[in-house]
Amino acid sequence: MQTVLLEGRGDFGEWRDAARRLLVDKVLPQHVRWQLRGQAADLFGCPGEPISPNETATVSVSRSFLEAAEAAICHSDPDRFSLLYRILWRLQEERSLLQVTSDPDVSQLMRLIKNVRRDSHKMKAFVRFREVEAVQPDRRRFVAWFEPEHFIVSRTAGFFQRRFTDMDWLIATPKGSAAWNGTSLKTSREPAAKPEGDDATDELWRTYFANIFNPARVKIKAMQSEMPKKYWKNMPEAALIPDLIAGAERRVAEMAAREASQPPAFHERLQAQWRGREGEGFADLAPLERVRQETSLCTRCPLHCNATQAVFGEGPDDARIMFVGEQPGDREDLAGRPFVGPAGSVFDQATEAAGISRAGVYVTNAVKHFKHEMRGKRRIHRRPERPEIEQCRHWLVQELDVIDPKIIVALGATAYFALTGDTAAVEEVRGYPIPLAEGRILFVTTHPSYLLRLPEGIERQTAHRRFQEDLQAVARLAQSV
Amino acid sequence: MRKSLKERLAILSDAAKYDASCASSGTVRRDSSKSGGLGSTEGSGICHAYAPDGRCISLLKILLTNFCIYDCAYCINRSSSNVERARFTPDEVVWLTIEFYRRNYIEGLFLSSGIIRSSDDTMAEMVQVARDLRTKHGFRGYIHLKTIPEASPQLVEEAGLYADRLSLNIELPTDQGLARYAPEKKPAGIRRSMDDLRLKIEEAREPTFTGRKKRFVPGGQSTQMIVGADGASDATILGSSARLYSGYQLKRVYYSAFSPIPDSSRNLPLIKPPLVREHRLYQADWLYRFYGFSIEEITSAREDGMLDLELDPKLAWALANRDRFPVDVNTADRETLLRVPGFGTKTVKSLISARRHRRIRLEDLSRLGVSLKKVRSFIVAEGWSPHRALDRSDLRAAFAPQPEQLSLF
Repeated sequence: MQTVLLEGRGDFGEWRDAARRLLVDKVLPQHVRWQLRGQAADLFGCPGEPISPNETATVSVSRSFLEAAEAAICHSDPDRFSLLYRILWRLQEERSLLQVTSDPDVSQLMRLIKNVRRDSHKMKAFVRFREVEAVQPDRRRFVAWFEPEHFIVSRTAGFFQRRFTDMDWLIATPKGSAAWNGTSLKTSREPAAKPEGDDATDELWRTYFANIFNPARVKIKAMQSEMPKKYWKNMPEAALIPDLIAGAERRVAEMAAREASQPPAFHERLQAQWRGREGEGFADLAPLERVRQETSLCTRCPLHCNATQAVFGEGPDDARIMFVGEQPGDREDLAGRPFVGPAGSVFDQATEAAGISRAGVYVTNAVKHFKHEMRGKRRIHRRPERPEIEQCRHWLVQELDVIDPKIIVALGATAYFALTGDTAAVEEVRGYPIPLAEGRILFVTTHPSYLLRLPEGIERQTAHRRFQEDLQAVARLAQSV
Repeated sequence: MRKSLKERLAILSDAAKYDASCASSGTVRRDSSKSGGLGSTEGSGICHAYAPDGRCISLLKILLTNFCIYDCAYCINRSSSNVERARFTPDEVVWLTIEFYRRNYIEGLFLSSGIIRSSDDTMAEMVQVARDLRTKHGFRGYIHLKTIPEASPQLVEEAGLYADRLSLNIELPTDQGLARYAPEKKPAGIRRSMDDLRLKIEEAREPTFTGRKKRFVPGGQSTQMIVGADGASDATILGSSARLYSGYQLKRVYYSAFSPIPDSSRNLPLIKPPLVREHRLYQADWLYRFYGFSIEEITSAREDGMLDLELDPKLAWALANRDRFPVDVNTADRETLLRVPGFGTKTVKSLISARRHRRIRLEDLSRLGVSLKKVRSFIVAEGWSPHRALDRSDLRAAFAPQPEQLSLF
């Protein structure tokens, strides 16, 4: 049996030198006793042998073990040294041991690391600085007292340095201290004394703490599981907790008992202003702009609840050709403009190839709001139904009145139905001019998104070609009328 | 007489306590070690204190003012309420943030406001706070601004340059609810603002030709919905959330159990908030975002569209879908393991890593921190089979909480 005497202050270097020596000497984990200085056993006369590091010996061990050991060594559990040596020993044979988190040694290691991490996290959270007199000109100085469970001060000091760079600070704890003066971070493992003093800002902080608490939802267990009582004595706000809890029930009851009071005077004044505003119309706007504004407020069918916005038509108000699609898609719904998504680019390419300038035509949809359903995290287009199309015809008719196009191109069955009330399939009415009232001509073709839905191949190529031919026919028609 | 800073802090933090969101996570890492200013963000946020209501205090959550021209029934600051009114100047908010931060009370600022004069006037003052913190004081802590409805896109864009996160509360899950309880709020306007922000965030993520990305709302956007003030079911609420997540890529939807407020509107219930319901909604939201569940799966267990208050939604789903169990922990794929009640994402990760090296037994699971009581009816492990546990008609009773004597007061 070999005894190693250690300081036991979470110093990784001390353990590493000893462990390396033991490993080189092939000392079995069960033959090592890790003794902390001042611990009962060494009083009974089994002094530890000082370990002199064997500089020539090389022991290879993975980066992940070193990181784990550096964290676990900060734990105050006296068994940490032997646990780490045992794992180090086993790692020589079982290279992937650390990945087996269900192994008793590994799960104990993970537990230690978790506790250290938690303690370090609590230090970041519950340290409270108090301002004290400055020692450097132009730099304010703060001190704090914290009582960690483990040897985490030097491990956690970097966090405070990165955060509180422009002030001097000192964190004193019974397990060491850390201080920053703007140029260097000094840490010590020696127990420090509790600094005295008061800070006027604590009072403002207590005011905040007391008022952000909602007495109608007391959950004491939830509070204490995250902020255990052992931390309370060094947190200025914690003294308020018992009274806040005790008074909560009464405050809620008082609130419920109180009658609703008369609104203050300015409320009536404000309400009158709102009422005045509601009467404002769009009368003085240009006709197309007026319809656009009115459409944006449309609630004629439930689709408006789930869509971002009404997507109104786009193009010159004297366009000779008007294209009517089905409804806005995902991108159109976000952009607030028709035909800007994938189907829009198919449309753009086809019109350009047919010699129709997009800037010269008016493009709109039969239904102005995006109808969709959720699939996972995506919004999937759903076909609008008859009542929705019929309700939305209200706006389409007004667009037609203002634009007064000579040629109307229905892209797909929905648009055809919206324009004519006829439920025929696209293939039955496609590809020839259909006279409408007021001397307009209707032309029917597929919707560009139909082309996108077809699988790559002959079928898609054929559909593309036919769509292209239809648009060329529209272009020819536009020259003849 | 003008109220002291302390008195106004009391009023304006009290007015902010109904807002559920307080997270300070999800932004970029940055610190002041090189720049020499104050503050840092290191990925995960820190809760600096907990109030007895169990909620963490991470940010200084206050209102710039609680004067408001809107009259939303559920809100303590509505124009018809007789609550005491106060306002801070932007400089005062900046001072409080910096001084609180220096003492390590907080991670940063969560600033909201009632609407005074106009949306733009109010928003401009909030932007001023964020701008001064960043540019005058070199502040690198977390800033969350609550966007004012109908504020101009230019102001929102400027806010995005300084803030880590922007949010805009949708408040109620349906447009009808909003029309009834918050008549001045326009749901379409709120959606359009969220949409605008989503597009701007996406645009900023595109690297410019110099390869640098613009820093713009790195913590994304979030919203809050009040639960229990109107009659909306959990299915309606979660459906709304799903639309918000997918439509506007929100980072979080917060659920806030409607809390009775002093001097409350006659239209509203004066009951204690359904805190368990709020908790179940968060659990369901989690299943949707991280576990691959669809909203329909989560809410289909009951016909009224409400979540089971006694059981967590994953357990409720598993009990309603017993044919999908037991799952063999030594062979099942990740997606299947994620659906086992009692397994979290971390457990599943360690499980998959550990089983590459040895067969998993029941006691291995307890060392991974899994509650065996919860999990064992649903899994097969080395040396363990639940036999016919899944056929038991009293399986639900084994998980449901014991009946409790209700408080008589």
